[in-house]
Amino acid sequence: MTHTAGTLIDEAVVARTLGRALATGGEFAEVFAEDRRGSLMTFDDGRVEDLSSGRERGAGIRVVVGNTTGFAHTADLTEEGLLAAAEAASGAARGGGGGVREIALSRAATASPSPVEVFPAGVEKERKVELLRRADQAARDSGGAIRQVSVHYRDSRRQVLVANSEGVLATDDQVRVRFGLSAVAGGDTGMQTGGEAVGATMGFELFDEHNVEGLARSAAQRALLKLKARPAPSGQVPVVIKAGSGGVLFHEACGHGLEADHIAKQVSVFAGRVGEQVASPLVTLVDDGTMSHEWGAMAIDDEGHPTQRNVLIERGVLTDYMWDWLRARKDGRPVSTNGRRESYQHLPMVRMTNTFLMNGDEDPEEIIRQTSYGVYVAQLGGGQVNTTTGDFVFGMTEAYLIEDGKVTEPIRDANLIGNGPEVLRNIDVIGNDFAMGWPGTCGKQGQGVPVGMGQPTLRVRALTIGGTAR
Amino acid sequence: MKPSAGELAALAEKVAGWARDGEAVEAYLSRETDTEVRVFEGEVESLSSATSAGAGIRVVAGNRQGFAYAGSLDLDVLGETLGEARDNASFSSPEGWVGLPVPDGVQVVALDLWRDEMAVYPTASKVSAALELEKAVRAANARIRQVESAIWGDSSSEMALASSLGLSAADRSTVCYLSAVAVAGEGGGSQIAHGYTVGRAPSELDPGKAAADAASRAVRMLGATKPRSGHLAVILEPRVSAQLLSLLGNILSGEMVLKGISLFTGHLGEAVAAPAFTLADDPTQSEAWGAAAFDAEGLACRRNVMIEDGVLRCFLYDSTSARRAGTTSTANAIRAGYKSAPGVGAGAICLTPGNLSQEEVLAQIGDGLLVQSVTGVHSGVNPVSGDFSVGAEGLMVRDGQLAEPVKEMTIASTIQRMLQGVVAIGGDLEWLPSPAAGLTVAISEMSMSGV
Repeated sequence: MTHTAGTLIDEAVVARTLGRALATGGEFAEVFAEDRRGSLMTFDDGRVEDLSSGRERGAGIRVVVGNTTGFAHTADLTEEGLLAAAEAASGAARGGGGGVREIALSRAATASPSPVEVFPAGVEKERKVELLRRADQAARDSGGAIRQVSVHYRDSRRQVLVANSEGVLATDDQVRVRFGLSAVAGGDTGMQTGGEAVGATMGFELFDEHNVEGLARSAAQRALLKLKARPAPSGQVPVVIKAGSGGVLFHEACGHGLEADHIAKQVSVFAGRVGEQVASPLVTLVDDGTMSHEWGAMAIDDEGHPTQRNVLIERGVLTDYMWDWLRARKDGRPVSTNGRRESYQHLPMVRMTNTFLMNGDEDPEEIIRQTSYGVYVAQLGGGQVNTTTGDFVFGMTEAYLIEDGKVTEPIRDANLIGNGPEVLRNIDVIGNDFAMGWPGTCGKQGQGVPVGMGQPTLRVRALTIGGTAR
Repeated sequence: MKPSAGELAALAEKVAGWARDGEAVEAYLSRETDTEVRVFEGEVESLSSATSAGAGIRVVAGNRQGFAYAGSLDLDVLGETLGEARDNASFSSPEGWVGLPVPDGVQVVALDLWRDEMAVYPTASKVSAALELEKAVRAANARIRQVESAIWGDSSSEMALASSLGLSAADRSTVCYLSAVAVAGEGGGSQIAHGYTVGRAPSELDPGKAAADAASRAVRMLGATKPRSGHLAVILEPRVSAQLLSLLGNILSGEMVLKGISLFTGHLGEAVAAPAFTLADDPTQSEAWGAAAFDAEGLACRRNVMIEDGVLRCFLYDSTSARRAGTTSTANAIRAGYKSAPGVGAGAICLTPGNLSQEEVLAQIGDGLLVQSVTGVHSGVNPVSGDFSVGAEGLMVRDGQLAEPVKEMTIASTIQRMLQGVVAIGGDLEWLPSPAAGLTVAISEMSMSGV
């Protein structure tokens, strides 16, 4: 196994490809080349069930003519293959005009925010299998009621090269490792599930920081606890969300609504509101692709721009949206380095990176003590938002009732529903215990990208819990 | 560089032929050509067109299985991929029931899922179809203030599978669609809805219906408010029932039973749903979105009735889970493309329709909620515990008539109670772009959480 970031395409070939892409006209051309390897291991039902790995290489070429983007991709990285794709993209953009364009590329060196110590591809498979076996055992040892355990390990290495007719030439080497498990417990009331996951933009040294037995016990405890859970309440109650468990709240409540493509099309409740108070003055929200080793960290975005930290909401005031190249160009402003894509087979669009709420100053214990009745959410699952109405849902997978300022009985899984702008205004206290949460995969128009999320403990005055309790 | 359909099959046979003594090799190759046109405000926003291909190779040796994939059909890459699959196999756990399927003699139903028309349909026509759709949505109602997107999409795909145990399969299909998202506005409030039409060729599309659906569904939600919490009868529209019935393919998997995590363990032969509930999976129906002659392991697809008159009749199996359970595969192996090894699932689930129109179902129910769309299905439905809680929007129903629109609420129950609570099934069966057909379904009671 070699670990050097091989040259995906020769620089001169890149320049000629861009030239061909603009040969019949057009304002902008881009080559995005990618070499991605990944491996997956599943330890399920007490055995190594799946062991798979693979590799995909190719390039996506986009040509912009007026307001139209033409796009083509190819798995053939030879000059012949790239030129054919460039012509297809250019044809798709209906290039008129003509003439020869010379593209001068200037290579930008951007240090990765996530240096890798141990490349996962160099770690023996037996060592990975052993991690899964240990986690499985620890989860099963957590209680006789544990009926089933499923453990997953995934690693990926994504080497990219982006070049465009504005002279950008940049590369990145992104290595990610993710480990997660789900446990099922069974009892008189049926079965319940519990999960845990960690992931980072780093190598196998992830496991120097995380103990797989500990993660396994945490997943098993979640499942065991829910055997005694009662149905979740139905209706609006105050909700306290534990630090690091509920960044998805902001991802859905306003993150998507602050993406410039939704703004341009007037399908966001946040359109036209920059400079306005859109949230409680306690709220400062940031999206930051440079956060070292976080799940959504990258040296460059998928349009070749070095990632940066962007403040979206400052003390409740909306400061800016998130921008990719296309949307920024239309508005005549700089990109915010939020152009991302799932693979070379996809067009980039505005996406979040690591999105998080900044610390407040309250003691988290005190937040619970000051809540006479409500729900304490210790782990959230996924979510979904309708940016036009601002209505969003997210699931809770570990939650309790709060009664008289104390966390009491566990409650069963349910979705919560709220309206973004309303929920942002209803955040009435924020803790001082910031933490990042689970590695997430954000889906938009069928493309999935890794995103990080985080927040300190916080309380929302009223959120609707979608339970069944009468 | 670009093998024809016959060459794809020959290439799969070639890879299967690389099997060494004592090992079995299966090659699954696929190739598809896709075009997507997005338009916005009378202009083409993007036009993408490309062909992609790849291979997934499975090796079983000494009762151990390994899998590897590559986004390429080059011979040397296929050779490396086979080597990687072999290496992966050496680290997996040996079990007597691990192995590739052998031919089971079930007759292949020939399906006609390919339209030559698709390949020669000009790009300019695709562009104008999307532009026309955008116009039609705007024209459908004065309160449409934006069309967020109008999209043309098509795909021509081919697959070939061969194994050293004698299975071979080749299949191809075309599909195209037009889809639009309409934004209706009135005062400060906006509502959004989706309309679409799908077919195997352009001549099978109904753009008028897509436009009318998008516009009318967005407009009828204008003025929606958050309802009071309560318990009430719920009527699911076809699109929503298709989404929820799709989940049953996973829940009725025999693999869940083998792992002891199925809701339905020990309930074979028992009533798990209302008496009118008969549920089958049958990819040999050519009108199904998931129609296919072969499953993902190359066995002939067939009809399996999972629930008959409310009684649980069978679980779904691929060859591995079937061998472990001591039964035979129901040809329910599925793959999410060449990158994934086969697993158990269903592609063409169909609930036997009743004979009521949606209006008649509403009249029968009298008072309740008509659900137009749901959100958070991935985060709110637990296939192991059966807990069910999803975001919803729709219209209240009073005295059998549609009343005021409502939004920002959840509907909740358990999968077990919902199946038993089905009180009416419409005759309005519709094959949607989903692993299940949709139809109007009424459930006697669910919890609605709002204010």
